[in-house]
Amino acid sequence: MSQEKGLPKGGFLWRAACRVAPVILGYVPVGFAYGVLAKNAGLSTQNILSMSVLVFAGSAQFIAVGLLAAGASMAGIVLTTFVVNLRHLLFAAALSPSLGTWRRRDLSFLAFELTDETFALHAGALRQGPLSRAETLAVGVMAQAAWVLGSFLGAVAGAEIGDVRPIALDFALPAMFIALLAGQVKTRTHLAVALFSGILSTALALFGVDRFGVLAATLAGAALGTLWQALIRPTSS
Amino acid sequence: MASLDQTDVFLTILCMALATYLPRAAPLVFLSGRTLPPPMVRFLGFVPAAVLAALLFPSVFAPQGGLDLSPGNVFLLGSIPAVLVAWRTGSFFGAVAAGMGTVAALRYFGG
Repeated sequence: MSQEKGLPKGGFLWRAACRVAPVILGYVPVGFAYGVLAKNAGLSTQNILSMSVLVFAGSAQFIAVGLLAAGASMAGIVLTTFVVNLRHLLFAAALSPSLGTWRRRDLSFLAFELTDETFALHAGALRQGPLSRAETLAVGVMAQAAWVLGSFLGAVAGAEIGDVRPIALDFALPAMFIALLAGQVKTRTHLAVALFSGILSTALALFGVDRFGVLAATLAGAALGTLWQALIRPTSS
Repeated sequence: MASLDQTDVFLTILCMALATYLPRAAPLVFLSGRTLPPPMVRFLGFVPAAVLAALLFPSVFAPQGGLDLSPGNVFLLGSIPAVLVAWRTGSFFGAVAAGMGTVAALRYFGG
């Protein structure tokens, strides 16, 4: 099912459910993998769920669990989380011009539910027209519900399942990024930006720049695309 | 293993929540409704594709931390059907299922 094709009929909850379904299919297994990992790292079920409810940031939660298990300091873990999630600044900035009519309360709530995946859904919806407030907020709530559910199932099953690799749960996140990326590559310039950012991010990771790498590669790729449009193909924007 | 102080863990989680929420909320609260300069709008339009690729590529090309372009890299092999299904059909579920199915099968039969 593609999130790009037309508006489903029905009320806002149904339309939100149709939009978010692909992300739910990704979040339940990835949340499950997080729950299993966290359980095996020694986190209590309450804390596993607390992190999914209060933080709701997939990659940062995986990194934090690894750091907690390794005995890292609280300051180090929080700083790492901040750096890893700085890219959300760009997501919020990209959405903000379209949200002038929204109340501050709704914006604050939208921010809480803003992840890589919900942002990709919102960005896709924006191409079809203005964002419906109720539908957009419902997308976030449903996505997080799936994430918390997956985490809970993983935390419960964690003691039994030592290893999520045989069922390929560790590939759920990359597979979800592939599917979301396919929906974002609309022009050749977007494809070039994606390839550039991806390769740069990999190179940075290989050189040990693992925390700022994603942010730096995103900034560099988007800047290159902007320059390319402005200087080389100014007519095709 | 289970020697973590759960109260410390919870305090860490509260601080993580704040560190995650601030970058998510600040631009929405301070920029919403403002007209950004057109180059900035174009720049932000490239962010979704750029960030998804930046997150994806290292996990596929260097899943163990080092560059691995060999046939033994199951994530690299699993990406091929996922990309093909996503590109050809636009099906999100199909792409995720094809990728995970391939990785699980390669591990099962590859040992």
